[in-house]
Amino acid sequence: MRAGDVLPDQVFAITRGHLVSYAAASGDQNPIHQDEEVARSVGLPGVIAHGMYTLGLVGTAVATWTEGAEVVELGAKFTSPVVVPAEGAVEVVVGGTVKSVADGLVTLALSVTSEGTKVLGMPRAVVRA
Amino acid sequence: MPVDSALVGRAFPAPAPLTVTEERVTAFAASLGHDSRGVPPTFPIVLAFDAMQAFLDAEQVDLHRIVHGEQRFTYERPLRIGDELRATLVVTGVRRIGGADIVATASEIRDAAGELVCTGKATLVHGGASEGEQ
Repeated sequence: MRAGDVLPDQVFAITRGHLVSYAAASGDQNPIHQDEEVARSVGLPGVIAHGMYTLGLVGTAVATWTEGAEVVELGAKFTSPVVVPAEGAVEVVVGGTVKSVADGLVTLALSVTSEGTKVLGMPRAVVRA
Repeated sequence: MPVDSALVGRAFPAPAPLTVTEERVTAFAASLGHDSRGVPPTFPIVLAFDAMQAFLDAEQVDLHRIVHGEQRFTYERPLRIGDELRATLVVTGVRRIGGADIVATASEIRDAAGELVCTGKATLVHGGASEGEQ
């Protein structure tokens, strides 16, 4: 990988079923990620994906782009909720470019959007070259 | 939630260590479509979540009133199957913005030998109708 390389977009479709599987696997059974009524009761527009689900998809994208390189940093702000419909799916698109390669580390600049809206703020991933 | 500066510096350990088993990792990875070898980089949230729950229980905060504002991990080494890990959350800051309490935390995840494996810095937003830093 070289600085400036543009990585192919990766598109993920998120369903309520994914959130149920992720809740069980992660232990995060917060009902705002599964129950419409609870989500609305706390002012959300509907059931939203766990922020960590979306960041987890970034982890998946990074692993694919880098063929499983060791991750040394990964993080983001959860700036906008990803609302997951009761039926069907919502898409999340993870885009990336290689920002820098230095001292054995590759820093990726990322963009994570859903329906044209940026859902992660200042997403950052650093892997070992 | 009693958000005051007295919380800053307080530590909340997870109640027990957790072993990174192949089963846990496989289920976690499968839910994220992560099919490469190794433990997905966001898996440490499982450990950090236990410490966060200890914090919420101690402060009598309902999980469903919490929105995750930010999460950043730094890794000293990759997690491995068989690791016995435990997180301790420390409150690093509290502030109030627009009717919401913003709690900054740092969770150190250490192995059975006490070596640091990963640090997770999280912002938890309580009480506001907004989504974190939106």
